[in-house]
Amino acid sequence: MHTELELTCILCPMSCTLKVSISDAGIDVRGNQCAKGVEYAKQEVTNPVRHVMTVVRVRGGDIPTVSLITSKPVPKNCIERVMEATAYVELEAPIELGQVVIKDVCGTSLVATRRVRKAT
Amino acid sequence: MSNLIEERYDVVVIGGGPAGIAAAIRATELGLKTILLENRDVLGGIPLQCVHPGFGLHYFKEDLTGTQFIHRFFERMERIGVEYITSAHVHSIEYRDYMEKVVNTITRKGVLRLYSKTIIYTVGARERTLFEIGVVGDRPDGIYTAGEAQTMMDIYGVLPGKDVVIIGSGDVGLIMARRFALEGARVKAVIEIMPYPGGLMRNVVQCLRDFNIPLLLSHAVISIAGKKRVEKVTVVKVDEGFRPIPGTEFEIACDTVVIAAGLRPNIDLLERLSIAIDPATGGPMVNELLETSIPGIFVAGNALVINDLADYVVEQGEKAAEGAKIFIENSGIPAEEWKPVKRGRNIRLAIPHYISGERSVTILARVAKPEQRVFVEVPEVGYKTFHMAVRPAEMIRLDLSKDALSKAEKSVTIEVKPIAYRA
Ligand SMILES: Cc1cc2nc3c(=O)[nH]c(=O)nc-3n(C[C@H](O)[C@H](O)[C@H](O)COP(=O)(O)OP(=O)(O)OC[C@H]3O[C@@H](n4cnc5c(N)ncnc54)[C@H](O)[C@@H]3O)c2cc1C
Repeated sequence: MHTELELTCILCPMSCTLKVSISDAGIDVRGNQCAKGVEYAKQEVTNPVRHVMTVVRVRGGDIPTVSLITSKPVPKNCIERVMEATAYVELEAPIELGQVVIKDVCGTSLVATRRVRKAT
Repeated sequence: MSNLIEERYDVVVIGGGPAGIAAAIRATELGLKTILLENRDVLGGIPLQCVHPGFGLHYFKEDLTGTQFIHRFFERMERIGVEYITSAHVHSIEYRDYMEKVVNTITRKGVLRLYSKTIIYTVGARERTLFEIGVVGDRPDGIYTAGEAQTMMDIYGVLPGKDVVIIGSGDVGLIMARRFALEGARVKAVIEIMPYPGGLMRNVVQCLRDFNIPLLLSHAVISIAGKKRVEKVTVVKVDEGFRPIPGTEFEIACDTVVIAAGLRPNIDLLERLSIAIDPATGGPMVNELLETSIPGIFVAGNALVINDLADYVVEQGEKAAEGAKIFIENSGIPAEEWKPVKRGRNIRLAIPHYISGERSVTILARVAKPEQRVFVEVPEVGYKTFHMAVRPAEMIRLDLSKDALSKAEKSVTIEVKPIAYRA
């Protein structure tokens, strides 16, 4: 078995075009301008992962929502599950930066990326 | 019965986004009496509503979300004790003389009349509108700029609509397409008039392809229809001259149109002072300390030039604060002669416009068209770096040392040359 494909690395603005060839001998990557590109390509052809970010409602805060991001990237087919888990959540102010807001979705948790103080 | 409050400052910073916050922090650190004025009820500007990562790689060497990025500056502000007012709308600037400008501001407490030796102008950009991109038809509910949609979703938690057409495929349009898709809206299409996407390829991949959102290149939205709410848009294919090709029109049903057709520096308050403007950037002409053609008025961030990275915006804010300090200490910016920075082959814009040759300078430039395997050169000072690729969507950064710049006699030229180029 031998497959050739082209990927765009999404790790930095360089957006390198990666030429990936998959065979019994393994995965060969060319076109990367740094070592991270090889890791990315291997991950992308075996189990592509993404960070997911969203906002959820907050009661009694100086801003009406808090923004969240996954603490580590999740498999692409989990993105919808993460979004569903956050859809109807409503939190109470205050919320600290980095606070874990939702635990155990698709092997990750969602942490706050914005501080919400109690409204004065 | 008026409530007029008068006050004196060394530096008044107008606009509390990353440029203004960074400027106010640095000016305060430098011992200048400084105040930061922000129009909205929260500081932070655009990054406060950017929940995606892609910030800070350059400045903090970490990949942060816009919100995390701006919080680092909030913490510094608190530590240093920067004076600021929110819900403070600056409505005019007066130039009295070399060492005295007046900033008129409407606040909750009344009208502020602030006398200041210097001003750092950091109000960011404005978004291009439907009128500027020539979309005709109805003007019903459901038409938003990308920035408005982003504020609704990521500050207020309100989804602007369910079936969305996005005009423009710059990074802003791509990132908003993903935000809508994640929140459960259907993005019917992203429409781009150019034959290539405006934003970075990584964003085409992770914002559109991941969600199967169609990108229609060489297409334009020509009209919007709808009684109360948007019902549909008419799209047409365009030729190389961006002219609609007759007979190619088709309709897309949608309830929301998002305009992500680019940003322009917001220079309203400065234009009224007859400041010198660069048509290439749409922002003011500046010297290496980001001082405009009006002595003691500095500009930084998206009000100066549309930046791709908030990191660069922060550096500009800090630079302007250093400029203010030098201005106040010397009653002006000392320089024997201002030498123009010229745009050479394939350079669409470059900042700053003038250098003295007496200080190290960071030049930011944008190319006119994409090219591969090129040198970016400044022949007068012997600067030459290799780039695998240059693209209009990505600013080029040139760090030129004082030593190198001292070699420049009359001017310096930024230019892009393919490897095999012979003039
Ligand atoms: C959708 C989107 C995605 C982006 N993604 C990235 C990214 O991934 N990485 C990255 O590095 N950058 C990104 N950027 C770019 C970044 O947000 C900008 O470069 C940066 O915010 C510009 O900073 P600024 O301080 O110049 O302007 P702004 O952030 O726009 O701040 C200007 C401030 O001035 C205030 N103001 C305006 N007029 C007045 C007045 N008359 N009186 C008082 N105050 C006033 C405004 O309310 C605002 O708070 C993105 C931008 C957008 C829109």
